[in-house]
Amino acid sequence: MTVADGEPLHRSLGLTDGEPLHRSLGLTDGELASVEEVLGRRPNHLELALYAVMWSEHCSYKSSRIHLRRLPTDGPRVLVGPGENAGVIDAGDGIAVAIRIESHNHPSAIEPHQGAATGVGGILRDVFTMGARPLAVMDPLFFGPLDSARQRWLLEGVVGGISAYGNSVGVPTVGGELTFDPCYSGNPLVNVLCLGALPVERLVLGRASGPGNLAVLLGSTTGRDGIGGVSVLASAGFGGEREGAADDAKRPSVQVGDPFEEKRLIEACLALLDAGLVVGIQDLGGAGLACATSETAARGGVGMDVDVSAVPCREPHMAPWEVMTSESQERMLAIVTPAAWPEVAELCRRWEVRATAIGTVTEPEVTPGGPVGRLRVLEGAGGAVLADIPAASLADDAPLYDRPRAAPAGLADRLADDPTGSEPAGDCGAELVALLADPSWAYRQYDHQLFCNTVVGPGGDAALLRLAGPGLPPSERGMAVTTDSAPRWCAIDPRAGTSLVVAEGVANLACVGASPVAVVNCLNFGNPEHSEVMWQLSEAIDGLAEACTAFGLPVIGGNVSLYNESAGTDIDPTPVVGVLGLVDALRARPPGVGLAEGASVVLLGRRSDGGPGHPHPLGGSRWAVEGRGRRGGKLPGLDLAAHRAACELVAALVAEVAGAPPGGTGLGGGDGGDGGDGPMVAVHDVSGGGLGLALAEMAIAGGVGVRARGIAGHAELFTELPSRFVVATHEPGPLVARAEAAGVPAAVLGAAGGRSVVMEGADGSALVDLQLAELAGSWRDALPSRLDAPTEGAGNARG
Amino acid sequence: MAARIAVVVFPGTNCEHDVAAAVERAGAAASLTWHRDRDLGQADAVVLPGGFAHGDYLRPGALARFSPVMEAVAGFAAGGGPVVGICNGFQILTEAGLLPGALVKNRGLRFVCAPSRVRVDSERSAVTAGVAVGTVLSIPVNHFSGSYVCDARTLAALRDGDQVVLRYLENPNGSVDDIAGVANAAGNVVGLMPHPERAADALLGSTDGLVLLAALLAQAAGVRAA
Amino acid sequence: MRFAARVEVRLRPGIADPEGATIERALPALGFEGVHDVRAGRSFRFEVDAADEQEARRRAGEIAHRLLANPVIEDSVLELEPAGPGEPD
Repeated sequence: MTVADGEPLHRSLGLTDGEPLHRSLGLTDGELASVEEVLGRRPNHLELALYAVMWSEHCSYKSSRIHLRRLPTDGPRVLVGPGENAGVIDAGDGIAVAIRIESHNHPSAIEPHQGAATGVGGILRDVFTMGARPLAVMDPLFFGPLDSARQRWLLEGVVGGISAYGNSVGVPTVGGELTFDPCYSGNPLVNVLCLGALPVERLVLGRASGPGNLAVLLGSTTGRDGIGGVSVLASAGFGGEREGAADDAKRPSVQVGDPFEEKRLIEACLALLDAGLVVGIQDLGGAGLACATSETAARGGVGMDVDVSAVPCREPHMAPWEVMTSESQERMLAIVTPAAWPEVAELCRRWEVRATAIGTVTEPEVTPGGPVGRLRVLEGAGGAVLADIPAASLADDAPLYDRPRAAPAGLADRLADDPTGSEPAGDCGAELVALLADPSWAYRQYDHQLFCNTVVGPGGDAALLRLAGPGLPPSERGMAVTTDSAPRWCAIDPRAGTSLVVAEGVANLACVGASPVAVVNCLNFGNPEHSEVMWQLSEAIDGLAEACTAFGLPVIGGNVSLYNESAGTDIDPTPVVGVLGLVDALRARPPGVGLAEGASVVLLGRRSDGGPGHPHPLGGSRWAVEGRGRRGGKLPGLDLAAHRAACELVAALVAEVAGAPPGGTGLGGGDGGDGGDGPMVAVHDVSGGGLGLALAEMAIAGGVGVRARGIAGHAELFTELPSRFVVATHEPGPLVARAEAAGVPAAVLGAAGGRSVVMEGADGSALVDLQLAELAGSWRDALPSRLDAPTEGAGNARG
Repeated sequence: MAARIAVVVFPGTNCEHDVAAAVERAGAAASLTWHRDRDLGQADAVVLPGGFAHGDYLRPGALARFSPVMEAVAGFAAGGGPVVGICNGFQILTEAGLLPGALVKNRGLRFVCAPSRVRVDSERSAVTAGVAVGTVLSIPVNHFSGSYVCDARTLAALRDGDQVVLRYLENPNGSVDDIAGVANAAGNVVGLMPHPERAADALLGSTDGLVLLAALLAQAAGVRAA
Repeated sequence: MRFAARVEVRLRPGIADPEGATIERALPALGFEGVHDVRAGRSFRFEVDAADEQEARRRAGEIAHRLLANPVIEDSVLELEPAGPGEPD
């Protein structure tokens, strides 16, 4: 076998001849030696480029893979676990739900609008690759404080990009998170989760089979945008916030998204799958054709010949390595039998989607070690062989590192620097107001209603959707999803912090009546070559595994984003957890967050921490971190069994309301919105900002004041002890009895009503005494005023 | 037999399934009509649903008006058949010259997806016949280019001709005269920025959109009978 | 002959131009004082084959009027110049 010499890559990359090519491409000397061992010879330049992109941190997970193995991934509902394009669970009624989360942090830091837009496009392709119609998107976003013009530009650009792409492509954005912390000033985080659904029998996997079958490229043309993009962007940190020069150099790698192309691609691919016209299908994401062709061949145990000259290019004179590694958006690779090809071409013409046969599936080569499928890159069908490598080696032989791990220096001092007790009380009312912010400035820019499935949208504890969509069998079920994170907890204790984040996700689902069934995660961390970052990552994965095991939740997908750093400083560890839940019968609106006049307000869950520390720990709380700048201390304890009991109780109570026939128990006619006169009229979990914030948000959402009594000072008001819910009810007696029977502590705190929000201490003095209108105004204006933007849209205060 | 509603689908349209489900909930039979079709079949009414036809490139509706189906829609409208454009469909009808005025970018230069309250201001349209003037409906809006504009003479003609169908109680986009929906002079062609199909199920918080869809179905049944 | 056409499309006078107004409001913060009457518009370039300039102007003008601009809200201005001989595709 002879392989033609590749392109003079040195020259096209503008490198001097002195620098070894593999190092310029990001491969270490050891990794080059591994390539030579796999091939049994020196790679040519094209082959080196393929290994460089596929063995980058972004594509190979070479620093995190050995740790990710510790996550639980099995469960009775799991149809597809980690490793495929998306995780898939069996939701019942013949419907499967696909879910995936990803980061688009580095592209968004350089060009926020296109970076965020293409992040949405990429995650949708991961989901419809599985045969699922994308039905909902959520976006957890993290920026530096908005007192910087750059941060405002980033936020405006990212939200605008999600809005422009998501709305146009026709997938509702049903929730997300907005977090501001100085650690993200130089490196914002843009994560995106997508949920889709499919009839179970349409489930497809991204694999090639059947030698002689055609590899067909669908969608956009291939350009030089995003050449080596993920490896360049995702595997390198940034200069400081003000060092624009380095970022400018990376700008050419940012791709431009075309949601209209993607919309046609979605419809065409789902139609191809419905008609049974494809053998396998795979999206083109990071590492472009190199990844899609090698992965489909490797998964199917076959080889593939790819004719680079057949790939429709946007620009003339593109070199083979550019064609193979380009990350041009809105492209898919389908494996098609020659007999079906004319029908495939015809269906694509109807949707105005370009379809080009660019290769063929080949028999694996018989070797002493077993069959080996080879990926060959050809110049013209039957033409010169430009590259010839074992297809599986790009993924399977990727390096695996157990990088050094060490707890950060100063960790003991940080844990000892506990604000609990040492930080004096202040004006609780003013401190509460400072924590309030209405996120609707962002989500009003997102279509969150398309498909008419969104029962609870952005602003609720979790998104709650009907389990319905075009082409799905009928079902009364609902699906719920939430994304959660708490970098302020994880910075103190990544293990306990990550467990707490999972717990919060489960609690959020309970508020909309859903039982959790699966978890996905997006692990945003700093530079893995820093031993304390690897320690944080490993600890966070252990915390995730512990909580998921305790709650019986399989982790069915994830993404690891490393090198989130700027000017040598790593971000705080930011694991983002998405929890998917199901509701058996969704017939009526769940109670929602808003209080109702005259209802009793009950706290479900413990009043204080039972551990050896302070009864109301404030370490890692928003009050301490955001309000007082105290970033140390001890996190509240998490009793996994107690948490599970509290969440199951709340989910059952909410499910009774949501499962009632329309017009039945406890519901108004529907037009009036949430709640009614039933046993439970409102529910909200106690999380960031503590009991004080939960009560304030419930009052604002309901447009009704509240008076709560007997609160043990600022510490009880702001502690973020987990496993707690505030419930409003007209029947406090039966509710408390039911909680006690379930082993969940319950205490009546006060009642909803009037126009003021009052929280009294144990001695009857007012810790907080604010007019509801004033509180609601501060909440509504917090984000727009920081952005210096006028308040837009109708004046509906409902969250 | 149920009224037959043709729901027109352009590449980039995304509300077609929601509209079809809502009119079926209201008692009609819906069928999707591809933009290359030159024939509306046996339709008793036509709906151009929301979305981003042709990606909204150039201007919303600017390219869709040249799709083959639009000749059939224009012919159907000229014969007095009820035609309703919702959101992007409204934009297409103005670009096609079947409705006066135009829809430009929202005052705030941002997309807005929010609840909105609108008041019925004319009983003379295909979606409000039989609905009392002054009825307030809660129907969401979802658009970037929803600000209705027209010149002063057109506005005067719209008012004089009782062609302003819906007005916003809280104007979300800067539309002239708070206009949320207009009709042609005959009343059979209507454009709406609010999405009635998104307010057609108590589970989603409002059923007010069914008021407009029921009126449309009654008109469609009238077309059949005639 | 082949002609190069440039069509500028802008909102008609009297039509609100929030984009232009927003840009105008932002300018002082960047130190650009004394800038007035900012109007946003769009420019299109294309080449058109025609027997002579008159035909080219007629065809390009029709494209501008029927497609590129919406006459309800927008005006268009056409500029035309010879672009050299046409090449077969």
